[in-house]
Amino acid sequence: MSEIALEFDGVWKKFRKGEIHDSLRDLIPALTRGIFSRNGTGELEEREFWALHEISFQVQRGEAFGIIGANGAGKSTTLKLLSRILRPNRGRITAHGRLSALIEVGAGFHQDLTGRENVYLNGSILGMKRQEIARKFDEIVDFAGIGDFIDTPVKRYSSGMYARLGFAVAAHVDPEILLVDEVLSVGDMQFQEKCFERMRRVVAGGTTVIFVSHNLQAVQMLCSRTMFLKSGTASRIGPTSEVITEYLRAPSGKSSAEYPSTISDISLCGEDGTPKTNFSPSERAQLRFTIHPSEPLEECLLGLIVHRATDSLVVCDYNLPLSEVAPFSPDASGRVPLVVGLSMNLLRGAYAFSLHLLHRPSSKYLGRAFRVSNFFIEETASWQGVSHLNPNVKTGVFAECTPKRP
Amino acid sequence: MGNPAIPTISESFDEVLQYRDLLYMLTWRDIKARYKQSMMGFFWAILMPLLIVGAGILVRFAFSMSSGHHINVTDISGIALKSLPWAFFVGAIKFGTNSMVSNPNLVTKIYFPREVFPLAAVLASLFDAVIASSVVIVLLIVSGVGASVQLLWVPLILVLIVLFTAALAMFLSCANLFFRDVKYLVDVTMTFGIFFTPVFYDASMLHKWAPLVLLNPLGALLEALNSAVILHQAPSLPWLGYAAAWAILGLLAAWRIFDRAEASFAETI
Repeated sequence: MSEIALEFDGVWKKFRKGEIHDSLRDLIPALTRGIFSRNGTGELEEREFWALHEISFQVQRGEAFGIIGANGAGKSTTLKLLSRILRPNRGRITAHGRLSALIEVGAGFHQDLTGRENVYLNGSILGMKRQEIARKFDEIVDFAGIGDFIDTPVKRYSSGMYARLGFAVAAHVDPEILLVDEVLSVGDMQFQEKCFERMRRVVAGGTTVIFVSHNLQAVQMLCSRTMFLKSGTASRIGPTSEVITEYLRAPSGKSSAEYPSTISDISLCGEDGTPKTNFSPSERAQLRFTIHPSEPLEECLLGLIVHRATDSLVVCDYNLPLSEVAPFSPDASGRVPLVVGLSMNLLRGAYAFSLHLLHRPSSKYLGRAFRVSNFFIEETASWQGVSHLNPNVKTGVFAECTPKRP
Repeated sequence: MGNPAIPTISESFDEVLQYRDLLYMLTWRDIKARYKQSMMGFFWAILMPLLIVGAGILVRFAFSMSSGHHINVTDISGIALKSLPWAFFVGAIKFGTNSMVSNPNLVTKIYFPREVFPLAAVLASLFDAVIASSVVIVLLIVSGVGASVQLLWVPLILVLIVLFTAALAMFLSCANLFFRDVKYLVDVTMTFGIFFTPVFYDASMLHKWAPLVLLNPLGALLEALNSAVILHQAPSLPWLGYAAAWAILGLLAAWRIFDRAEASFAETI
């Protein structure tokens, strides 16, 4: 048996824009064309476009493979091709092993049936045998945390309960190859943690996993290799952290056009003033930019936010009064250059800055720049988390720590 | 896997067989969901054919008034017997035609052999027919129709009716996915189809024009059923053979068309 679990070999897939047949007038020529030319792999016809072109990749048995990219880049199309819901126009797709796709949780639920009935129904839709479902039933209900509501029709469930039950069934399918499309974002924080833990166990248990997500942090933690899809082409396939870095560096086309000119010329530099994007945790950095305030500087607050780029977690959110900065006489155009010194005491990962300028008396934003200047912290250690607290472990007596009694 | 090549019928049949648990569950879902939150529950399964029988008796009574030929127990038993498969056929075709269109989520989000949709619809209607048949069987016994060796034809005829229904349901579910006109066409045809099918009347009443209604394979099958159960005569073999050819070749053809079209279901629905 081969060690390759999944293979995409030069796969192309096209879709059509607009309605399929607007009228009988379109339909008749389309039908005759269909009869005379054995439709298929051919070239693009009118209104068609390639949703995927020339995608090739291989996934080894037991590997967790991530797919990232902007909306509409072809991630879900790739998964649907893998699960045979769609067929490719050109190229070959091979899969070795029982495959199960988690494309939408609870897709097979019937509103009028109870939770119990839906567990059986959805389980068999996902390819489980009835005996298998019966064996895992208690485990599934327990995982979903549905409890007594299991005999209530699912139309009475809250959306969270619905999604939890859907994920719980799907999480117990135990396929050899699991395709997951952005389903970890169901339920509350606690349930998401549980889902993520389950995914980790699945990966650790040797299941081949294809994981599509916008949560780069989750991709980073689960997948060893990742593909970055960019408008239907595989822009990069490689080790996850490298691919994520490239994805974050790719121009996103997003700009804060709302407040165009009040914050500009943003650059991130090392302490010596040379532009730089990669830092070690012990380094200091300088964020340099120019503001063009329409109000007196001393009435303004500078908002400085650092996000983790992979999941938008806010690392810190400062509002710094500008009344205390050294007075600076703006040039004729009213521009003020600012330098913010920062110590990059963060754990390995990708981060980004957001900036805003707030006029305090009127509570009005004078300018905003969202997610600018991505930067990367590089270090050899790979601790999970955000910030270094420099732990220092010793043995000793706790005398000086004893709380004082009043 | 994932190969654009179209599977052969036996490959495709094997796959459906692998998913038999799903076929069972979808059938069960259709039955269960249909009677959820309804007070009469399974009684509905009996009511529908009962109404058809009632209508049939009224029509035959009107015939007898104008022709002077009195309506008798045999006529009524025949109507009751033929109404049941007709109710099954109408239910299964209507339900089967919509079976994929009414589950867009499953068609676009999860893979399994799509044949399961129309087949489950046919099986769910078959379940209703089995419930209703208990009433019809009692009726036939009470009316003193009696038994004969010709009853041995019944299982074969019933199987052919189910196969023919399945063939049509598969074809129509697939056609309806591409063109929603099919649904309206089916609704109209099923409403007036009872006049073109020997349910309330017997083909023999048309004398030399009888083949006109027997060309409808369902008509031929209902007449065969009537011969075997009510008249205690062997069914007309040429017409039974003709209907059997429709049922078997029709199912093979419908299955093949279904498989060919299956690749574009998710993009078209």
